Amino acid sequence: MTARTLFGKVWDAHVVAQEPAGPAVLYVDLHLVHEVTSPQAFAELRARGLRVRRPDRTFATMDHSIPTVKNPLAVADASAAAQLRQLVVNCEEFGVPLWGAGDPRQGIVHVVGPEQGLTHPGMTIVCGDSHTSTHGAFGALAFGIGTSQVGHVLATQCLVARRPRTLAVEVDGALGPGVTAKDLILAIIAALGAGGGTGYVLEYRGAAIRALGMEARMTLCNMSIEAGARAGLIAPDDVTFGYLAGKPHAPAGAAWDAAVDRWRGLATDDGARFEHAVRIDASALAPMVTWGTTPAQACAVDGPVPDPATAGGADERAAATRALDYMKVEAGKPLAGKPVDVVFIGSCTNSRLSDLEAAAKIFAGRKVAAGVRALVVPGSQEIKRAAEAAGLDRVFTAAGAEWREPGCSMCIAMNGDALTPGQLAVSTSNRNFEGRQGQGGRTVLASPLTAAASAIAGAIADPRPYLEAR
Amino acid sequence: MPAPQFTSVTARAVVLDAADVDTDQIIPARFLKTTTKDGLAAGLFADWRGRPGFPLDEPSAAGAQILIAGVNFGCGSSREHAAWALAAWGFRAVIAPSFADIFRGNALGQGLVPAAIEPAAHAKLMTVVRDAPDTRVTVDLERLEVRWMCGPEADAVCRAAFAVDPFARRQLLEGVDELGYLLKLDDRITAYEGVSR
Repeated sequence: MTARTLFGKVWDAHVVAQEPAGPAVLYVDLHLVHEVTSPQAFAELRARGLRVRRPDRTFATMDHSIPTVKNPLAVADASAAAQLRQLVVNCEEFGVPLWGAGDPRQGIVHVVGPEQGLTHPGMTIVCGDSHTSTHGAFGALAFGIGTSQVGHVLATQCLVARRPRTLAVEVDGALGPGVTAKDLILAIIAALGAGGGTGYVLEYRGAAIRALGMEARMTLCNMSIEAGARAGLIAPDDVTFGYLAGKPHAPAGAAWDAAVDRWRGLATDDGARFEHAVRIDASALAPMVTWGTTPAQACAVDGPVPDPATAGGADERAAATRALDYMKVEAGKPLAGKPVDVVFIGSCTNSRLSDLEAAAKIFAGRKVAAGVRALVVPGSQEIKRAAEAAGLDRVFTAAGAEWREPGCSMCIAMNGDALTPGQLAVSTSNRNFEGRQGQGGRTVLASPLTAAASAIAGAIADPRPYLEAR
Repeated sequence: MPAPQFTSVTARAVVLDAADVDTDQIIPARFLKTTTKDGLAAGLFADWRGRPGFPLDEPSAAGAQILIAGVNFGCGSSREHAAWALAAWGFRAVIAPSFADIFRGNALGQGLVPAAIEPAAHAKLMTVVRDAPDTRVTVDLERLEVRWMCGPEADAVCRAAFAVDPFARRQLLEGVDELGYLLKLDDRITAYEGVSR
């Protein structure tokens, strides 16, 4: 039998129909739904008199536009409140389980799926959200879709998809102290470019990947889309199975053993071919920060911001110059030391318990610098409870940071948490596009360690001295 | 909604000479707090409108139906609102050297044709349209080519080929509804569910 990649095995197992020399009709095992990209899809079903084919394979949560305070529905602005209410109505009418405001399982869609054990190795998973790639950390083929396709999957549990090509991201070596999965993915995106992964599915491989815990793997896969790749996968292993075991929606008993046997066979076979490959040395990396307005425009926190004149093509040079101008960043100098207004720790990239623990390590016994607003937004109600049980909330509030309710919050600034024009934020989220965190706001992407250190310093800071001081 | 249909469009074009135009620029997230597709044209490039020299604000942009943009157009989020907003403004095609995957799929689904042409032809086309904003540009899905007048002679026509997934192209030319196509596969989906799940 031909050697196959992890991606190839998952894809092949889900093809319901294949158009000759055309796209496949792919079966979807798990469909995650949120308030922003689903209302028009439910409306389409209603208009055509269709039902949701597999409500048992569909789960909804509220995250994008939900205020991150107690009683969110009472304070949401009129349009956000209407959108949240519409999700309740749609889920009731179509029989879709909803983890809404007040539900102990509510949280960011890509946090709660794995946390509740919905995400399994070998699955196909879609959601009307580009960061669906997060679930690839489990060896699932997971990717974002538009609202029309949300409708297709609701109605038929299938979608039309063209087989992407495969790209191996081989990461050797080991990450140094203070260097995290977030720094690694920013380095990978910088190496590939903002569009370098377009048309590909990434598979992250190598010693440095195997050494990562599940939450770090999710951080890595989460940002695959920022290099243009719709999906990024990691072969499931004992770390994966250890995370999933005992989760509410994970198989149990004999079914668990059978599942693990099956999942062990998913890893890429020896000798399987990738269409493209890149190699990264993890041990050479420093904490990374973005200096521009795409996640690919990143450099080491202690290294100089690259000179646009050295960028590859004319397009890249123009884009870099425009980005530096928007960010009010100077080429040739390190970003470290640049004053910050806001620090945001949260999002589907970095809002899990290990992220909060990392930030707390820096915050403990220190104070957020005067004039800096620091927000810590847990990814789910479950993470919030676990963090509070561990006393992390008290570490944050004692340092002067805000401890909020779960949601996407300032990553996408739809819920009232937003930068004001001109403000500079160090954020653990995934996008530094112009105005992403609020009209006229400027975003520097970084790890939870770097974000926390920057909050304490009042300026972009290398977290390593803060860790060494412990 | 009836399935979108597209054969060819000939119209004036607007040049937005920027690489990596992300969907947060095409339509900022604050415009996504809606449950319908109505009124999205107001959000199109909302944070870039009003900036000095922004091409969509120029009088010559009125009535244009083709947008010419830089590489990796539509990167970022999966929001179909980006394609809806472009279509609501009146665009029927976008010409760029390359497109982000999710945007390309969303655009095709709306009958907004993403035409990826060679960088050299793209640069030439941008120059022509910048110099003469009244230039009529054609995006022809049947012949899979972009055409424009590139000289004073009546026969001075420049052409650039583009590729579109053949299945999506046939759907657009014939006005096939993709959800309808999937619904017709009901027996095969049921059979798959019986075997695999």
